[in-house]
This record gives sequence, C-alpha cells and structure tokens, in this order.
Amino acid sequence: MKSSVITFPGSNCDRDMDVALKKFGFKNKMVWHADADLPKSDLVVLPGGFSYGDYLRCGSMASKSKIMQSVINFANSGGMVMGICNGFQILVETGLVPGVLLRNKYLEFICKNVFVKINDKKNKYFKNVDNEVLEFHIAHNEGNYFCTQDQLKEIEDNNQIAINYCDENGKIEDQFNPNGSIKNIAGIFNKEKNVLGMMPHPERMIDPSLSGEDGSLFFKNLINNLK
Amino acid sequence: MIVNEQIAVDHGLKKDEYAKICELLNRTPNITELGIFSAMWNEHCSYKSSRLHLKKLPTKGKKVIQGPGENAGVIDIEDNDAIVFKIESHNHPSFIEPYQGAATGVGGIMRDVFTMGARPIANLNSIHFGSPQHKKTKNLLRGVVHGIGGYGNCMGVPTVAGQTSFDSSYNGNILVNAMTLGLVKKDKIFYSKAAGLNKPVIYVGSKTGRDGIHGASMASASFDEKIEEKKPTVQVGDPFTEKLLLEACLELMAGDSIIAIQDMGAAGLTSSSIEMASKGNLGIEINLNEVPCRETKMTPYEIMLSESQERMLIVLENGKEEQAKKIFDKWNLDFAVIGKTTNSKKIELYFDEEKVADIPVNTLVENSPMYDRKWKKTKLPKKNKIKKEDIKHLKIIDVLKKTLANPNVCSKEWIWQQYDHTVMGDTIQKPGGDAGVVRVHGTDKAVAASVDSSAVYCWAHPLTGGKQVVCESFRNLISVGAKPIAITNCLNFGSPENEENMGEFVECVQGIGEASEYLKFPVVSGNVSFYNQTKDQGIKPTPAIGGVGLIKDYKNMITMEFKEVDNLVLVIGKTEGHIDQSLFARTILDEKNGPPPEVNLFNEKNNGETLLKLIDNNLIKSAHDVSLGGIITALAKMCIKGKKGINIKKPKYLINEIEYFFAEDQSRYIIEINKKDFKKVADILHKNAVHFDELGTINENELYINNKTKVTIDELSTSNKSWLNNYMSK
Repeated sequence: MKSSVITFPGSNCDRDMDVALKKFGFKNKMVWHADADLPKSDLVVLPGGFSYGDYLRCGSMASKSKIMQSVINFANSGGMVMGICNGFQILVETGLVPGVLLRNKYLEFICKNVFVKINDKKNKYFKNVDNEVLEFHIAHNEGNYFCTQDQLKEIEDNNQIAINYCDENGKIEDQFNPNGSIKNIAGIFNKEKNVLGMMPHPERMIDPSLSGEDGSLFFKNLINNLK
Repeated sequence: MIVNEQIAVDHGLKKDEYAKICELLNRTPNITELGIFSAMWNEHCSYKSSRLHLKKLPTKGKKVIQGPGENAGVIDIEDNDAIVFKIESHNHPSFIEPYQGAATGVGGIMRDVFTMGARPIANLNSIHFGSPQHKKTKNLLRGVVHGIGGYGNCMGVPTVAGQTSFDSSYNGNILVNAMTLGLVKKDKIFYSKAAGLNKPVIYVGSKTGRDGIHGASMASASFDEKIEEKKPTVQVGDPFTEKLLLEACLELMAGDSIIAIQDMGAAGLTSSSIEMASKGNLGIEINLNEVPCRETKMTPYEIMLSESQERMLIVLENGKEEQAKKIFDKWNLDFAVIGKTTNSKKIELYFDEEKVADIPVNTLVENSPMYDRKWKKTKLPKKNKIKKEDIKHLKIIDVLKKTLANPNVCSKEWIWQQYDHTVMGDTIQKPGGDAGVVRVHGTDKAVAASVDSSAVYCWAHPLTGGKQVVCESFRNLISVGAKPIAITNCLNFGSPENEENMGEFVECVQGIGEASEYLKFPVVSGNVSFYNQTKDQGIKPTPAIGGVGLIKDYKNMITMEFKEVDNLVLVIGKTEGHIDQSLFARTILDEKNGPPPEVNLFNEKNNGETLLKLIDNNLIKSAHDVSLGGIITALAKMCIKGKKGINIKKPKYLINEIEYFFAEDQSRYIIEINKKDFKKVADILHKNAVHFDELGTINENELYINNKTKVTIDELSTSNKSWLNNYMSK
C-alpha cells in the first residue's frame, strides 16, 4: 500500500505520521506543499501541526497550497484522504468535509488522552475494528467542531459522524467533551466516506511505551481494509 | 547626537565604565558605538558581576563535549549521538508582557540549541510566581503558560517536564526559565567561531524590526514604578517563522557550507557578530543597508540593538551563497549577504556609504568590565525545637491533605495539559513524574531531564541550598532509572550591587560547584539573571538546575506510580526528622526560621548509585524521591498516580510521627519492590551501607497509618488536583 504525507510550512506531525504509516506496512512518501502532483497513492494524509502558523484561520492558507488541488481531485475521484488535527482543519477549509473548527470552549490548548466511540463502521477507516471505543490522544487549540443545524441534519442523515468523544464505556455526554464540539464530534467523513477528518492523533499511540496502543489497532486495520 | 556621560548613564552604563570606553577608543564613541558598548557591557551579556565566581564551577567530564561558552552545552550519549542543552531566563520581559515574554524565552532557548546543529527534542521550564493572593499572579500565570505553550506547541517540540512555584518574593518579579534539549550527531555539531578571511557573513530568518531594542539592558536593571513604559523592549515572537528557520538551518547544516553560526538572541546583531569575530580572533565588516528590515528608516543604532526574534547569522564558505539561498527561499525566509570577515579584528559598520562604527572587538569582549563585588556570608541559622504542644493537636491525614493541596505541591496538570507533550512520538514519561523522558528517535536509548530549584532552602542558607538543588536534580534522574550526566543552571538572583544578594549568589554557586564536583555532574551551560527585584527587595535566591541523564534501554525506565497490590514499599536513606524550612514548618507551624536540611554528598551519591544498581537488577517496580512534604507526601503521590493505597507502619524510631512523615531530610527515595525480592534488595542495600526503613504494603485504594487512621486515595487525589483548577477558574 502506498501513502503520501503532505508537508506544509509549519506541519509538525508529518514525521510522526511517516513513522506510523511505515511501521504498519505502508510505503510512504513525503510530499512538499508546493509540488503540483501527488505520487500514486492509496492513502493521502494531511498531518497535524500549525500550517502557515495557523495565521488568518487554522488551515485556511494551507487549503490553498499548490498540492491541494491534486489532493481535492484525488478525493473527488474516490481516493482515501485523511486529515489529522491541523489536517482536519485544512479539510474543512477545502470544503471536502462540512463544518468548521472553532477555538476550544475553555480557550486553552488541550493535550491528553480521550476516548472516542466509533459511530460508523461501514467505511474503509473503521471497518473490522473490533472495539466500539478507542482510546486516542488529542493535542489542539481549535478542535471545537461546529456546523449549522441544516448541515448537522445532513451529516446525521448521511451517517457522516465518524467518532464522538465519550467515556471509556462509550457513553457520549457533555462531561466527556474536551473542547465543546457540537454533538461531541471528534471526526467526520464526507458523504462518500473516503475522506476522514479527525482531531485525535492515532500516530501518537502506536507503542505501549507511548500514550497507548489503540493507534496501532487503527493503522493495522486501515492497511488491511485498503488491501 | 553627540555622546556624553549623561547619555551613557541613560544607557545603563556607569560613569567609570563610560570613561573606560573613551579611553579604550581613544575618543568619544558615536551613538551607535555607545549603544553597542551598552549592549555588550550590561550584566546580561558580559556577566561582569558573575564571571569571577562562575569560573569555579566544574565544567569538565568524560561525557562533556562542550562546556559553557558556546550557545549551549553538549554531552556524549554514545553511538555518535550527543545531546545539546541549556536553560535560560526570560524573567523581566515575562513580567512586563507574560505571553510574549515567555514565548520568546522558549523560542530563544530552542534557537540556542538548533544553532549547534541539534534538532530540539524536549522542552522544560521552571516558572515562579508571586503569592496566589497577589492581584497579578493569576494573569501572569495564565499568560506565561499560554506563551510557553503557544511557542513550543507550534514548533512541534514536546514540553515534557517543569516546575512551578509560588512565593511572595516573586510578587513584583516573576521567573520564567526555559530549557531545551536537542539531539545531534557528534560529528555534526556547529560552533560560533568564525574562521577564514573574506568569508561571506549571512543574515537569515525574520526581518529586523524595532522590537526588543535594549532588551538585554532592561534585563540588567531593577523594576520600578515606570515598568509599564518598558513594554516596547519586549520582543514579539513568531513560532511559525522559527519552525521554518529550524528546518531551513538543519537542511543547510546537512551539507558542508557553514563555517560558523550564531543565533541573534540578547543584543541581536551586535552580540552575534561580535561573538563570532571574537572567538575566531577576526574582524567583521557589515553593510547595514543590506540587513532586511521590517520597518522603514531604521537607523544603524536601531538595527544593531533590535532584538527581533527568529534571526541567525552565518559565516559561509565562499561560493556557497547560491546553494544556501535556495534553501532559505524554499522556506520563504530572508537571506542576505550583509558583510564579510576581515583581519582588522574590529567590528566595522557601514550605512549609506558612511562608516558608522569602528570598534576593536577585544574592547567589547576581553576588556569588558569584571567586578569582584562585595558580598556577605550567610551564617547557618540555629535549629528550632518543635514544641510538643504545637503538634499534638495535629491529625496527620488533615496535614497531609493540606500539604497535597498546597500550591507548591499540588498537581500542575492544568499547566502541562496546555503543553503538547507527546508530539514527535517519543515521550515515554510525561509531565507529572520525577523527570520527563524521551526516546532517542529510532534507538533503544532514552534521555531523562528534570528542572529543579529550592528557593526556600537557598534563602535560609545559600551554600546548603545550592548543594541541595543539584542533589535534587540527581535524584530525580535516578528515580526514573537514568544515569545522571550533566547539568545546566539558570541563576536567578537579586541585585549584585546589594551585598546580601551578591552573597546569596556567591554561596549558592559554591554549593552548586561542590555538589556537581562530588557527584561528577558537571555544569555544561547556563545563564545568570541578576536584578530580579522590585525596588530594593530582591527575590529569594533561585538557582534552577536542569539535569540530563541517560537510560540505555528505555524499557527499563522507572515511573513513580504504585504498580501492584501486596508489593512492599521501602524508604532508602535515613530519616532524621529535619523539620526546619520544611513545607510543614513553613505552612503548618508558620515557622520560617532555621536551617535547611543538611546535604551529605557521600550519602547522596551512595544512595543514588545503589538505587541504580537495584534498577539494573530489575528489582524496582516504582520509585520516587522524597522532597517537599516528606515521606508521606511522596507516598500519597505514588498512590494517587497508581490509583492504589498503602498500609503504612511507622518504624520504631525515637522521633515522633509528624517528624518522621513530614521531615525533609535529603538523599531519600521511596521504592516499591516485589515481596519475594526483599532479601535480594536488602542484601544490596546492606552491602552498600545504605540505610532503609520498611514502610508497608500496597493495597487497593486506601492509605492506612499504623492500622488506625485512614483516608481513601480518591479523597487525597481530590485535595491534590483541585487547588490549581479552582484557582484558575475563579
């Protein structure tokens, strides 16, 4: 399986993602934002970080990078595109997934483990994951997902919510919502579910010595689903 | 403008220093030259009050590749890997403008590290605020934490450990010390020594603006009522540009075109160019019209003294300019050839085709003033005797809960959750333990780092306090299973012109020196921050020690949380019942006098090394050093983190329970072992003549004392975790 990780000026989880993808069997290539063409890929990842310093609005400038036109075309033709954290912010700015990401409710950066409940498994990202709940790790300042009521209805009608913040038993309640996201949304798909944007960083949970191992589960499953 | 004595005094120079400048130049300096002298001769850059004493610190060792005098210290961690590290203060700017002050402190120290070719892999910080009741404290704390996070998070470097304290002596002068560790290959370390004639001098990074002019001079003066007017001297940080600068510099460093490189920190272009020339015994000629400026009509004076951030000065090999420029273009950074090296041994500046400065380099560096300031020795205070009636009404559990909720002991999760501590995917011990630990990427090795200070002990008796801080750093590294290698120090003190403050400095440095010599824990880098005071009142002497150690196989790392029910808990090291200057004495008895706990360097070394032996033999399940709040506080924290309880039995000593549980005797560790290993552990401890007491066994979820008093761990956890959250949300 071939993957590509895009490096924007200010990306800082690009290496971590490269390490994770390779660990679970992807042949990964790093792609520079100013390039025009994507290498042949089965998966494209927009990594976390502070692309363009998060100036103007998180993800907005990166969404206009040269490479992004190719990424958008790739996604529109059914290609798998995953945006993590800042990558999710870039995805909403391109319009590939609906909604926006506001500043966290308590106006503070949050770095900690959270639990997320998988809402939909009829997609290549979460199909065959045995668990209903995963322990993931978040590190962001603008992860407060918001959309209009109409959008929300559409998202729910199409089953586009990928994961919701919850407790270890999968209970989705306000108190387990770290950033104020509407409906505890931690990640969403586009309608076709080939594009996933999510705030948690599975690449930081690929080793028992780190924050946990549910990231390993995610990547192992992902590569199998792509085969 | 014609320079005169008054203008020199306004620049923070003393009258006799001005006279010396005129004598060295054999003429009156012009305003640009005066600005350069004032920047180079201030306390912050010249170390004029401290140099004499810093010379006494041990700086050499088998593992030391580079000691003080470079951008940062460098130590060997084997396999051609080296760690570059340093701590630096950004106290004055952080008090004036907490967000930018703290942010640029973090940015500055990271630049010091990647200037040497190392990729930063961990950040730490030591931050000290006034009393929680003081009206400014909350906003300063919030601003500083946001600033540290804002910069470090954006750079993508994990903040893995730190220390936060509150004390009214910082009411008018907070401390913000930032530390960074970087990883480099031993044969790819870059230095600031220029070499060769007619080599191009290159400016890269951000453009130069009017921010931070005279920042270093400001950091060399005390605060008064007009402090707010100094806001323009605080630099404004742009972590995004620094991230680009980091990547661009490392890309350029992968080749062989750099002769020397120096970041523009305090005193900006002035100190960076002079340092490179001085070390290379060369001259430098700069055309200031070539310096990329952010604002129009900047004068030579402003360009030379600006402390705009995210800038570097590089001496390149001839003919490599185009190739280097390509890299900086790729990262959208300014790149300008602004001058060349010369054999004049002078710093020569041109602007609009006129020579605007002409100063022999040695007058700025070697001939800079050095003072042997008067200082006062501190006598060891007399011991207090605890009166029975003062403590007989006290209930241990109540005191423990109060201690756990004390601002200086309580959980600092509110702070470190705002720092990205997991980016780079190698953080194997997060904040909240004894030391932060990160793996050396792609290897089995890991590096542990901690930052410590004990201002109360240093205030009570600077010599003992200085020793104690080094020992505490040593202990924190050993507690996670790391072999201590070297330290960096950030020496925060009041005015060197005050004999008492100067005395605190001299004796703390002596203590640091003695301990680091004995423990073979040399000082490889550091920074001095004087004039931490408001009006005449200096802060408590606060040397912060950043220690670094190596874990050869990261799988053998130790953490502090209790692991398993029925395991045995011991305390290593003798408990004599030293209560003076303990948290207990100061907060419960309200007794602020008396000597700090004695530091016995033999025991420190022996106990620590013996614990490392136990760890090497896989006999230790968890470990934690005993510090503020004594044995019972340490135990409670291990319970809270491990969500386990303990049945404690006080050994049959002569001292009473309060003394036993709350004393702050040094060189002690709590360890958890499997019952079946007891004999092996006891044998090793006996063989090495290490005293230990059995404390008890681990249970599910309650802390029992002598089978009489008990409290649930949940309750202790609430005491420990709520203070800071409540304080910040009010």
